[in-house]
Amino acid sequence: MKKIEAIIQPFKLEEVKEALKAIGVDGMTITEVRGHGRQKGHKEVYRGQEYQVDLLPKVKVELVVGDDRLEEIATALANAARTGKIGDGKIFVYDVAQAIRIRNDERGDAAL
Amino acid sequence: MNIAKHLLFLSAGTILPAAAQEAAAEKLAALQTGVSSAQTSGDNAWMLVSTALVLMMTGPGLALFYGGLVRKKNVLGTMMQSFIMMALASILWAVVGYSLAFGEGSSILGDLRYVLLKGVGGDPNGDYAGTIPQQTFMIFQMMFAIITPALITGAFAERMKFSAMLLFMTLWSFLVYYPMAHMVWGKGGLLNAFLGGSVPCFDFAGGTVVHITSGVSALVCALYLGKRLGFPAEPIKPHSLVLSFVGACLLWVGWFGFNAGSALGAGALASSAFVATHLGASAAVIGWLVAEWIQMGKPSVLGGISGAVAGLVVITPASGFVTPGSALIMGFLGGLVCYFMVVKVKNKFGYDDSLDAFGVHGAGGTLGALLTGVFATNAVNNALKDSSGNPAALGLVDGNGGQILNQLIGTAIAWGLAIVGTLIILKICDMTLGLRVSAEDETEGLDLSQHGEEGYNLEA
Repeated sequence: MKKIEAIIQPFKLEEVKEALKAIGVDGMTITEVRGHGRQKGHKEVYRGQEYQVDLLPKVKVELVVGDDRLEEIATALANAARTGKIGDGKIFVYDVAQAIRIRNDERGDAAL
Repeated sequence: MNIAKHLLFLSAGTILPAAAQEAAAEKLAALQTGVSSAQTSGDNAWMLVSTALVLMMTGPGLALFYGGLVRKKNVLGTMMQSFIMMALASILWAVVGYSLAFGEGSSILGDLRYVLLKGVGGDPNGDYAGTIPQQTFMIFQMMFAIITPALITGAFAERMKFSAMLLFMTLWSFLVYYPMAHMVWGKGGLLNAFLGGSVPCFDFAGGTVVHITSGVSALVCALYLGKRLGFPAEPIKPHSLVLSFVGACLLWVGWFGFNAGSALGAGALASSAFVATHLGASAAVIGWLVAEWIQMGKPSVLGGISGAVAGLVVITPASGFVTPGSALIMGFLGGLVCYFMVVKVKNKFGYDDSLDAFGVHGAGGTLGALLTGVFATNAVNNALKDSSGNPAALGLVDGNGGQILNQLIGTAIAWGLAIVGTLIILKICDMTLGLRVSAEDETEGLDLSQHGEEGYNLEA
């Protein structure tokens, strides 16, 4: 099992959700986060006082998938989230030791 | 009234039987009573509405305007500083403030004849407003005594103890506001152009009395209290320009009561002041935004609403004396000058006039007071008569260039009183209660540290 953690542009969330649904992914967790990579922040000016805002709003999408579906899902996610500009975000993949469905104690792939 | 006089002349000049003459005189008397009662009703209706409008400027107008400009941990504390004046300044005014401002005393301060509003009832006070109950005049003026100190709170936002602020505002009302109001508007006041002042200074609705006193005191407070923790290195951004926007628009609307209400009646002068007020604000919005767009690259909403307030401040002393064209010029200049004060001067000198009470009210009030001496004209306001009973020349545009000197004296007195009075009061508050909250409380925010609550409990 692998965990896919994708940091994407907030306005791409709907497209990502649709794309994942289209290939049969039916579970994910969404968090509103702030951060930046190479994308520079922006400048705000209030009555002449300038502020550099470095941390920009992003959305973090987390989902755990079976090893066999990793490539397909990660690719679909990346394609849906891509604009081609700096600031599109990143996808990280982690190994997952175990998954447990709380309702009935199922383990492993069956719990996904 | 003119018709009645005319009728009186006719009836006196016509030979009528004694009984018929008596009947005509009775009719005439009834007519006169009817006319004056109708005028009182009309004027009083407008003045009561104006009074309510001016109260609306403080709460919610100013409270929202200032509340949106601070960080969210201070939103309630900031709004409370305006709101509490609606209670505190009102009571002070009723107990002794009105008397000290409008009682006929010395040229500096009124006497105690109206203490606890003794004798202030339904009858007009002919010296101030002959067609409305004195009680209406009193409560209209009360609203000015509320908003003026509330304006100062913008300078010490996010760092002053609530207790010290209460003491400060109480002393400030006595030491600065009541004397200044008396000098400019009270009978026999030193600067009163219409009621026997030796230095006639034109201030229709409070350029010196309201905006210079509050704005200059604000600067003194900002310098005395020092900067907010982290200013200017850390970002201290407005937490909601939406609140500020709503507040500024309420201020704009309320200002019609402030300025047009200062005509103290519902006649043509009120209309003229209304128009001047509106155009002054409009022109200042454009003035500020043009400067900002050119210098900063973008016209901001905060700039637009700040410009509106600046224009309203500048036009305030002039509103009942100037033509619509002059109002446009004054407003536009006001937008430019206040922009320059807030964006350039403040940032150059680095004082933390947190919400720009000085940059807008102090600078705008000073500009307005001086320009009133230029643009005031008897074509708009003919209340002042010369020795032969003709409308007196008012400002430079009427050929009375000397008025600018009078305005300068009035401005200097307002500045001096505000500086000295505020320094004394700050010293007293500092030695008794302490002015600033502790660093810990300041970091936590005024809402929690001073009032034990938070403005936004979104998870609740």
